[in-house]
Amino acid sequence: MKDYSDIPGTYVFDGEHSRKGYRLNMFCMSLNDAANRELFAQDESAYLEERGLTTEQSRAVLDRDYLELLKLGGNIYYTFKLAMFDRKSMQYVGGQMSGMTEEAFKAMMMNGGRPIDGNRRTGES
Amino acid sequence: MARIIAGVGTSHVPAIGAAVDNGITDSDYWAPLFKGYEPAREWMRETQPDVAIIIYNDHASAFSLELIPTFVIGVADAFLPADEGYGPRDVPAVEGHSALAWHLAENLILNEFDMTIANNLAVDHGLTVPLSILFGQCDAWPCRVIPLCVNVIQYPPPTGKRCYDLGRAIASIVASFDEDLTVVVFGTGGMSHQLQGERAGVINQPFDIDFLDRLVSDPIGLTERSHVDYIREAGSEGIELVMWLAMRGTLGDSVRQVYRHYHVPASNTAAGLTVLEPV
Repeated sequence: MKDYSDIPGTYVFDGEHSRKGYRLNMFCMSLNDAANRELFAQDESAYLEERGLTTEQSRAVLDRDYLELLKLGGNIYYTFKLAMFDRKSMQYVGGQMSGMTEEAFKAMMMNGGRPIDGNRRTGES
Repeated sequence: MARIIAGVGTSHVPAIGAAVDNGITDSDYWAPLFKGYEPAREWMRETQPDVAIIIYNDHASAFSLELIPTFVIGVADAFLPADEGYGPRDVPAVEGHSALAWHLAENLILNEFDMTIANNLAVDHGLTVPLSILFGQCDAWPCRVIPLCVNVIQYPPPTGKRCYDLGRAIASIVASFDEDLTVVVFGTGGMSHQLQGERAGVINQPFDIDFLDRLVSDPIGLTERSHVDYIREAGSEGIELVMWLAMRGTLGDSVRQVYRHYHVPASNTAAGLTVLEPV
């Protein structure tokens, strides 16, 4: 039990998480290079196969399942590179991870964001 | 003698930079934020520092998980904008101040801050967005820049106290540089925000206002805040605020708040800006 384990809906990118997600995150990092973006666009599956991701990680990349990517060791600054590749916004990704449409997420932000009250601890009401 | 004449705390949200680059800062969405930046820009035009030391974090641009240095100082003559996944930002290259940067690197290490020294460092939105916020669009940035990059991506970042102490050391080392230079120190990132997980979008305005208040009146008290407290109260990415404490540490015990601006939202983030002068 870590002292941040009770913070709901939050995947702290600690050493354990980083070990799990190393190859996944380094795949995302490779998309900083325009030539790699082109290769990935040509054949996503083949590109992933060369980079040593687990089957589950590859599936989550192909599915653009951003919450699953976090659970499999992804870090948001890395996985967001996949969203940039798709020309998706951070509001789209934030909405997908929290079960909202992009529009609903944007509206929530315009109204001051997700409230902190009730979201500090798991089981808090 | 070089001297630190002010500190600036500011968010570095990429969408703010994109709004500047795309010329949409007067849109309904962005106007309230950018209107609030105007007095700070005016202050900056009058202040005209020779050098800005910008304390920021890299976001998987220059550094990946292959190499995760806690504190990095850029000592080159120039730093180019990084490709973060959609091509580099169309902003001027950043001109460094190599002599002052090396003076800082050498003396920080001798003062027990074990810096990583970077001669080749692409700079991402963490550094260039604060420049856009304070200087707007320009053909060349109006001052030299020393990048000071802090790891806040891989947990744990350095503590708030360590960052504050780094700032204090920077102040005395700048003061021992034998050239007549004025220096402004930027602390960037924050304020409350969480980009990831089911809790994405969390904002804590009372936390942010308290932080801005105590940055002036009680920085030592702020250095006692734990990482878990930042994550819980200010969101997992709100922990970037430790970099504001490094800025505050360069200003001495007592400061005057010249200006403050706070606005929600900028993309998924609470955007804050503070201008502080030592007294």
